[in-house]
Amino acid sequence: MPEVLKAPLVVEFPFTRSLGPVQSAFLTGLREGVVLGVKTADGRTLVPPVEYDPVTAEEIRDLVEVAPTGTVTTWAWNHEPRRGQPLATPFAWALVRLDGADTALLHALDAPGPDAVHTGMRVRIRWAGERTGAITDIACFEPYDGAPDRAGGHTGEFEDPITGIVAHARLDYTYSPGRAQTAYIHALSGQRTVGERCPSCRKVYIPPRGACPTCGVATLEQVEVGPRGTVTTFCIVNIKAKNLDIEVPYVYAHIALDGADLALHARIGGIPYDEVRMGLRVEPVWTPGARYPDHYRPTGEPDADYDAYKELL
Amino acid sequence: MTREIAVVAFAQTDHRRSTEESSEVEMLMPVLHQVLARTGLKTADIGFTCSGSSDYLAGRAFSFTLALDGVGAWPPISESHVEMDGAWALYEAWTKLLTGDADTALVYSYGKSSPGSVRDVLTRQLDPYYVAPLWPDSVALAALQAQALIDAGDTDEPALAAIGARSRASATTNSHAQLRGSVPPGDYVVRPLRTGDCPPVGDGAAAVILAAGERARELCERPAWIRGIDHRIEAHSLGVRDLTDSPSTRLAAERAGAFERPVDTAELHAPFTAQEVVLRKALRLDDGVRVNPSGGALAANPVMAAGLIRIGEAAARIHRGESDRALAHATSGPCLQQNLVAVLEGDPR
Repeated sequence: MPEVLKAPLVVEFPFTRSLGPVQSAFLTGLREGVVLGVKTADGRTLVPPVEYDPVTAEEIRDLVEVAPTGTVTTWAWNHEPRRGQPLATPFAWALVRLDGADTALLHALDAPGPDAVHTGMRVRIRWAGERTGAITDIACFEPYDGAPDRAGGHTGEFEDPITGIVAHARLDYTYSPGRAQTAYIHALSGQRTVGERCPSCRKVYIPPRGACPTCGVATLEQVEVGPRGTVTTFCIVNIKAKNLDIEVPYVYAHIALDGADLALHARIGGIPYDEVRMGLRVEPVWTPGARYPDHYRPTGEPDADYDAYKELL
Repeated sequence: MTREIAVVAFAQTDHRRSTEESSEVEMLMPVLHQVLARTGLKTADIGFTCSGSSDYLAGRAFSFTLALDGVGAWPPISESHVEMDGAWALYEAWTKLLTGDADTALVYSYGKSSPGSVRDVLTRQLDPYYVAPLWPDSVALAALQAQALIDAGDTDEPALAAIGARSRASATTNSHAQLRGSVPPGDYVVRPLRTGDCPPVGDGAAAVILAAGERARELCERPAWIRGIDHRIEAHSLGVRDLTDSPSTRLAAERAGAFERPVDTAELHAPFTAQEVVLRKALRLDDGVRVNPSGGALAANPVMAAGLIRIGEAAARIHRGESDRALAHATSGPCLQQNLVAVLEGDPR
């Protein structure tokens, strides 16, 4: 079996999220250095506050300010901080019940070591230097041995409340395409298109994915197809794609390679876009060093009969 | 309940740290073939198919549709998918069979954690406003729960290490397990949890077949009848919950009838040692109950399949005559946030 192919894959996107009225007040408060909780029907104060009562599911809107000081209810020592976490140096994760709150908030606790942390210890918020209205406006908690800070009487009304947050997410993977696609990609880099035949229905799949989707069995017999093929259907692309250096309009087509039972798709070049038609015979065009065809162009053969490719539409 | 429904077959992969030579469908397909072969059924004979998986694990968009290639979904089959552990796919299939719309169901799930960093991937399931921006990884959250249990006097580090050791010792008889035999407690990952308190990270898949009434008796010598199954969820905010207890597990167990008569076996989905302490308490399991004879999630934890495997392992023991009444549990979310309990029984011998 050929060497397993691998490539780095980064999945990264910013989620733009709108906020409910309670979340908006809480995060705007953090921007202003104020911590707000919300009162439930049974008189408890939830920090961080939520839009709906976790017990009754009632809408709750009664905001109340709590102190920036509190008590650790549980903790865990994180000696190897990971990307994105609040502190880059070893720290404790902690659930902290702020003075005036009945529930605990998760955040980092900056302490010299695990021996300096215990459940029940007193801590206070260390505010971030630059605050935007996000949970990270709290830089972390820090040990605090003073008297409980008094909460102000903030009502949760702000002049310029934030209404949304942008939450960045990034996950890193090492992608490997599996047995069938690895073999396909290896062959393609040698300018050969190799599919796989289903042992049951005898169809040849290009590109192969390792299983026949009709029969649910492994496709193991390798079959070289093409290089020539027939345009089964196509569309004319009129909008330029970002970062793609191809003049519009151009044609993108389904191409049934000779010997394949599934059409693949590729760009058609070497012919005016308005002359491409179903049945057009095409062949791949390789650029030096490329691992896959740049595009397909007409071979000059007579068009294929409709009956020859109608099952592949 | 008007129909009796049973697990009639179970199959799973050998769970491994990496299956980089296989795509997801290539990893899954042999398990589908095995589970069908155990009943003599073909895809076309199956009334309903339901699967559980998450694209985030391997970073492959729509991987569950590609996985369907391994089923052979043509002519079009009746099919559904949950972005959850396969135990919840089984729950959906069970309700489908209860309606009488189908007599048999294929349930499968798979997880390929090796391409990514599962500790970080799982942060993306957390509250996106207040928690996910801090990237608290799955071990960190489990460690907060473990410390709360230690503070409450419910356990200590040696007791946690003993749970890990017992699980890996049990797994010596489970050829599918990833971590077996004598495994040292290791260093702290996030204190108080050590490597030995954490599940192995790995890839794997599992599948079961459900059948109703007489169909179940035709397909299996000793069907594992699902006497009850229920799942319950707790508030998502960790700071609202009592992390030393699991009222959702207790309630699900009550609704599944777990407390009506004692069970002889329990397969618990406790990826971290401390979570077994919580579950034993919530489920009132005494020392007479065999807990995780398979080794449990501490021996093999293919994410999205490990819960379904608990049901499959419990059912397989009933099939083999090693259990008469077993409890299977599956969990989802941080610190046992959501819990499913099933009670399985074999016919009297």
